[in-house]
Amino acid sequence: MLGKITERLFFICATISATITVLIFGFMVFLGLPLIKGGQFFHLLTQPWLPDHNLYGIYPMVMGTVFIASLGVVLAFPLSIGCASLISVIDGGIFSRILRRVVQMMTGIPTVIYGFVGLFLLVPFVRELFMGGSGMCVLSASIMLAILVAPTMILFFVDSFESVPKSYMQAVDSLGGSKVQKLIYIVIPGSWSGIMTGLVLSLGRAFGDTLIALMIAGNAVQAPSSLLDSARTLTAHIALVIASDYESLEFKSIFACGIVLYVFTTLLVVLVRSFGYASRRNNE
Amino acid sequence: MRKKVFAGGLALISLFIFVGATVYAGDLDAFKGERGAIKIAGGTAHIPVMKEAAKRIMTFNPDIQISIAGGGSGVGIKQVGDGLVDIGNSGRKPTDDEIARYDLKMFKWAVDGVGIVVNPRNPVKSLTKSQLMDIFAGKINSWKTLGGADKEINLYTRDKSSGTRAVFWKMALSKGEVSPKANFVVSNGAMKSVVSNDPYGIGYVSVGYIDSTVAPVTLDGVVPTLDTVKTGTYKIARGLYSNTKGDPTGLTKDFIDYLYTPEGQKIIASKGFIPVK
Repeated sequence: MLGKITERLFFICATISATITVLIFGFMVFLGLPLIKGGQFFHLLTQPWLPDHNLYGIYPMVMGTVFIASLGVVLAFPLSIGCASLISVIDGGIFSRILRRVVQMMTGIPTVIYGFVGLFLLVPFVRELFMGGSGMCVLSASIMLAILVAPTMILFFVDSFESVPKSYMQAVDSLGGSKVQKLIYIVIPGSWSGIMTGLVLSLGRAFGDTLIALMIAGNAVQAPSSLLDSARTLTAHIALVIASDYESLEFKSIFACGIVLYVFTTLLVVLVRSFGYASRRNNE
Repeated sequence: MRKKVFAGGLALISLFIFVGATVYAGDLDAFKGERGAIKIAGGTAHIPVMKEAAKRIMTFNPDIQISIAGGGSGVGIKQVGDGLVDIGNSGRKPTDDEIARYDLKMFKWAVDGVGIVVNPRNPVKSLTKSQLMDIFAGKINSWKTLGGADKEINLYTRDKSSGTRAVFWKMALSKGEVSPKANFVVSNGAMKSVVSNDPYGIGYVSVGYIDSTVAPVTLDGVVPTLDTVKTGTYKIARGLYSNTKGDPTGLTKDFIDYLYTPEGQKIIASKGFIPVK
């Protein structure tokens, strides 16, 4: 009896949260409908942003987001693989336990703190190092984003490293293999799909982060052409434009940004699921 | 050292509270026996005055809660119009359309200049209007052209919801072009901190925000200060407005009235603005 009720309850909860997700998408499409109907939607994706000339394209923001998020993940990836290897394979002692605690703690630091630290420490450093620009640029934002997504990636990698069957490890030990050989020949190939999933999830997190880019990427409305260019992400654009007039086209462009973000995130989730599916099938 | 400064600050604050409680108690009398909350949002130039007024009111009567948020003038007008806040601040006069649509009542309590600022280390401290327009349009892109270091000029501007931007764009740039390379910051406070951190930056802030961390730029021979704004020789100025939806009532009315009392006017002047009755 109790089991039935609980089951019902969970079913209702699941239905509600799924419905909300769908409704949000519906809401964005509905409000963005004037743009889509007029055939402007695809123009918006390719046009520049020049409100004074009646052009409200979000192309610069799409490029800004793609650049900053992917560079962030690219920077965080080697760092995370290294950290995860150290924690779960190379060092099994006290240091690895401390490192793991530190990484776990880092996942809880609010992004505004990273943004703040980046603004006062990293931005002046980048400005002086490259002798030009304001230091508020793609590079600064990507470095900060890398630090933001690394802990999540590390913990994910550690989990998948540790799900490699113990018997494989013992086999390596009995053959006299070193820890590094164990890592390269057994652990990493064995947790391939976990690594890909972690990567894709981190990309999603980097894509959706608002504050770091808003605070230290400079927010200039141009498609970045170098690492030292100031750029604006889709999320920062939403945060900056949300205050404008409801009726204006400027405000409506927000929905185009929202749709792009939503579709991209959905694609990432589908990708993650397919990795999970592939690895389950391999294991069977 | 830090401890000393902190202790000094604490002493100063308690002095303020003490003075506030004794000398000016009369101006706060309206809040006696009141309880409730006031929500304020919008213009970031207004924040120092709002904070000081709120602090005094809440110290006088702890039953009153006042929350202050930024967001820019556009946010202030929109949120008060939608009934999300009690007072929506704007650093520009709301447009006729906004006034009609939201039934806004405006209260202009100060005049404020918008000053161009650079880093104190920058030797270029004087510009003509046409130079300024060329700088923001990206036509002049090195400080060298202006007699400064051989460095690129980093432009800082505000987003469209900013009243400070609206006034600056209209009066200083004559609605001229702003380069797409310009960096965007979200408040007067953020503008001050990026320019004080960037030796090659140029931006614009409310004159009330100018202090030793940034250097004001003389425009066509006039320095933006309290005096030049007051006498009208510095032309880039605007009113600071607090807007309500319909006529203000209760606590909201008391708060706005307080800004017009001698004590309120003193707070406004002490934060670097010119109080108006």
